[in-house]
Amino acid sequence: MTLLDVKNLGVSFRTNDGDVNAVNGVSFSVKAGETVALVGESGSGKSQTAFAIMGLLARNGTSTGEITFDGNRIDGLAQSDLNRIRAEEIAMIFQDPMTSLNPYMKISDQMIEVLTLHKGMSKSEALNECVRMLDAVRIPEARARITMYPHEFSGGMRQRIMIAMSLLCGPKLLIADEPTTALDVTVQAQIMDLLSDIRRDFGTAIILITHDLGIVAGACERTIVLYGGQIMETGPTRDIFARPSHPYTLGLLKAVPRLDVDHDILPTIDGEPPNMSALPQGCPFSPRCTFAVDRCASDRPVLSQHGIIHRACHREAEAVK
Amino acid sequence: MNDTLLSVENLSVTFPIKPQGAWPWTPMLGLKAVKDVSFSIAPGETLGIVGESGSGKSTLARAIIGTVPTSAGAVRWQGTDLTTLDVTERRKHRRDVQMIFQDPLAALNPRMTVGEIIAEPLITHYPNTPKNEVKEKVRDLMSRVGLLPNLINRYPHEFSGGQCQRIGIARALILKPKLLLCDEPVSALDVSVQAQVINLLKELQAELGLSLIFIAHDLSVVKHISSRIAVLYLGRLMETAPAKELIEHPMHPYTQALVSSVPIPDPDAESNRQAQSLSGELPSPIHPPSGCVFRTRCPKARATCAENVPDAQFPHPDHAVFCPHFQE
Repeated sequence: MTLLDVKNLGVSFRTNDGDVNAVNGVSFSVKAGETVALVGESGSGKSQTAFAIMGLLARNGTSTGEITFDGNRIDGLAQSDLNRIRAEEIAMIFQDPMTSLNPYMKISDQMIEVLTLHKGMSKSEALNECVRMLDAVRIPEARARITMYPHEFSGGMRQRIMIAMSLLCGPKLLIADEPTTALDVTVQAQIMDLLSDIRRDFGTAIILITHDLGIVAGACERTIVLYGGQIMETGPTRDIFARPSHPYTLGLLKAVPRLDVDHDILPTIDGEPPNMSALPQGCPFSPRCTFAVDRCASDRPVLSQHGIIHRACHREAEAVK
Repeated sequence: MNDTLLSVENLSVTFPIKPQGAWPWTPMLGLKAVKDVSFSIAPGETLGIVGESGSGKSTLARAIIGTVPTSAGAVRWQGTDLTTLDVTERRKHRRDVQMIFQDPLAALNPRMTVGEIIAEPLITHYPNTPKNEVKEKVRDLMSRVGLLPNLINRYPHEFSGGQCQRIGIARALILKPKLLLCDEPVSALDVSVQAQVINLLKELQAELGLSLIFIAHDLSVVKHISSRIAVLYLGRLMETAPAKELIEHPMHPYTQALVSSVPIPDPDAESNRQAQSLSGELPSPIHPPSGCVFRTRCPKARATCAENVPDAQFPHPDHAVFCPHFQE
């Protein structure tokens, strides 16, 4: 069952230096209970895609395209309707858990607010529910610690609190925007375990936005690779990692040093990430692509099916290796 | 002592911390950021230092370069203890040790041109260098680190993150140092650019015979670039070994947890990976646990761990493990 369907999403920002097109025609869908990765480097449009879904774009940003959630269009809804969806249907957690929590409010007050506002619970009911949720994300001595302030917790604990808070209203979809980037590797392992438990216990679908291919390999069934605000390649994670058929995915996977492999020299992707206000007319990756042909600079490739994978590339999949 | 460039002996760095609600006369508490760390580096070698946030890896780098005061121990540069030298004496040694930083844009003065930035160390240390010679050296270095020399009059904001890191590397190299301290040099960069900078550092090292101290939290990157790795936890050394050995056969319980937590970008390898998750949280460095600092989270901890600070055990001559129970 399709939970979220995004069709031809575009996001652009009006700036003093002209329009910046952060997302250009991205389409994908997420099934109930599924974990999907949005992978890309900075400026690839992965976060702006999520912000557009949530209706959280900055004031100078506009989005086009269709976003359907659970059968209903949610793009262009009024703020009050969006607020209900953002709490009860789709929740989002962010990279830096300290800046997403209010430093002046106790954890209990921040969490209770969600339930009294959206579920109409009484304060004591809400408190019990919050403690139960903090237990579920494995915060030790939750009942005693719920009255503490955000600064009294470590980074990993704050991220757990954010996850607990996002789950309070039982959302069907959780968007996690780089949830472990600010955390140490041992804490990252704990948080990723927690997210997979949550998916199992609550049946929540997860969109994981990250630049870390290692996390994607371990946690996600499907992967969407973004570059220059466009989908380069999408398909089951296993297939994409085993046989990347897009030059960008191929280069990216080779450029990451692996702990279990000895590299002599790392193969690199030459050049710099694209300037989003002056994207090439054709494929955004063409200036850095070693497989590029004349056509790549002028024609923008469309996403087309190749076996179980969808890819946007003019070259044959067999030629890319 | 010819085969040792730098040796750090029982180095400790303690920061005075005002206790909460202190009166002016309340004695300060000591935050032991680095405690009893010893290692040495040979010319041309790369030592990787890994550890999580709060493990003291950046403080260690700063103590070596002399921007934070050390509280005990010695930093010997080719036999001379740098910590006992006065400021002017020490300055001469800075030519030999240069540093590159994590945030490439923040490390560059926004009001100086790239040419001025790269030339500054040369002008500071050798003020009598003729101007055209300075300019020639700058242009030469720029092309060596992969920047077009005709960008010499541009300002840092006109460059991308990867290019800024190249400027930082050029600035560090203009004095022809023998040792380059790299404090998280690639963690702010994108994956595709990260590989470019790592390769550049490796090339330059081979070309110039540099020694590197490479500090990072990303074990995969450290393993790739280092010949030896030292693991820090709460300011103490846990294990040092040749890079490949340490990653493939970690012996300290902390290193084992750290290595097993690193995700591998391969779904098949990932499904076989057995992560040993650590329970609990990093203890306060103001009141660290007695004995072995890792014992509060260690799966092998026993009562005796609280009593004695563990000595180095040597499963191989060049593999040191600071845990008496590592074989069990």
